[in-house]
Amino acid sequence: MALTDKQIERYSRHIILKEIGVKGQKKLLNAKVLIIGAGGLGSPAALYLAAAGVGTIGIADADVVDLSNLQRQVIHTTANIGKAKVESAKEAMEAINPDVKVNVYQTFVDSTNIRELIREYDFILDGTDNFPAKFLVNDACVMEKKPFSHAGIIRFKGQLMTYVPGQGPCYRCVFKNPPPADAVPTCKQAGVVGAMGGVIGSLQAMEAIKYITGVGELLTGYLLTYDAIKQEFHKVKLPSNTHSCAVCGDNPTITELVDYAQPTCELKQKH
Amino acid sequence: MANNDIQADEELDITDKVCPNTFVKAKVVIEELDEGQILAIRMNDGEPVQNVPRSLKDDGHKILQINDNQDGTYTVYVEKVGD
Repeated sequence: MALTDKQIERYSRHIILKEIGVKGQKKLLNAKVLIIGAGGLGSPAALYLAAAGVGTIGIADADVVDLSNLQRQVIHTTANIGKAKVESAKEAMEAINPDVKVNVYQTFVDSTNIRELIREYDFILDGTDNFPAKFLVNDACVMEKKPFSHAGIIRFKGQLMTYVPGQGPCYRCVFKNPPPADAVPTCKQAGVVGAMGGVIGSLQAMEAIKYITGVGELLTGYLLTYDAIKQEFHKVKLPSNTHSCAVCGDNPTITELVDYAQPTCELKQKH
Repeated sequence: MANNDIQADEELDITDKVCPNTFVKAKVVIEELDEGQILAIRMNDGEPVQNVPRSLKDDGHKILQINDNQDGTYTVYVEKVGD
């Protein structure tokens, strides 16, 4: 399928790039990316992927837009408070780029629905805000052999890594198990600078774009950490031996998905 | 400039385009060609003729010839390299 004149103009800055060109743009237009969480990470990622012309973008989130989201969840607007986040995000993405088909899933992603959900996508972005969900996304992607970008942000710190089946460690290879409930605060309790989502979520979008177009090196086998206070990035090489991992190793002990208890949030309970 | 003795497989006129759409349009057309095929691109004097051949060369293609059409336009013959 040839690009239209409008598409050539819209994506001209991609097409000019030797590494992307028309071929890479067509790959983007044919790609399917699922974003789990329409929050601090998912917002900038969704905006950039829509602008980039990723042809099908799925977005999953059970929540509605809350006033306290708007300090960092830049895809949503004040006018959309009370509206489902996935609908608000869909509106914004479609307004940016009519080439994009947005699939919305207004649901809590859990062990019963995640495998089916990710199955039809080429790349998954983890934009969740708690450890149980991050392990769930990891394990499901390992089981369904799907590449995904892990990321997390809190206060002035962020991190991300990319899993590609057979090409390096998964999240569980590195972090083993979720920390005990209350050992680590959620970002609701701890706070987070809004721009952290912009930094790390945009890096996740970049990983997706690079995976789809086959350009350059991904963060497979590396954890990229960002400390905004010191204004420092570190690219940490991860252990390459994944044989003993409980989910992606040679003899996995985790063969079914589990829903770890969600940490309860004091602020949320006061509502 | 040499006479036009090159047989082009495809012709393109980008005299109605401005930077960077001159190169973008050329790139879109050349990506559709097979390796070794030749594209003749008519472009304006000035910025287009200064930049488009260089950008095509940077992309790995081969500039075979540039003809001055004596009307403020040039025709650049470029051979596609790579798939």
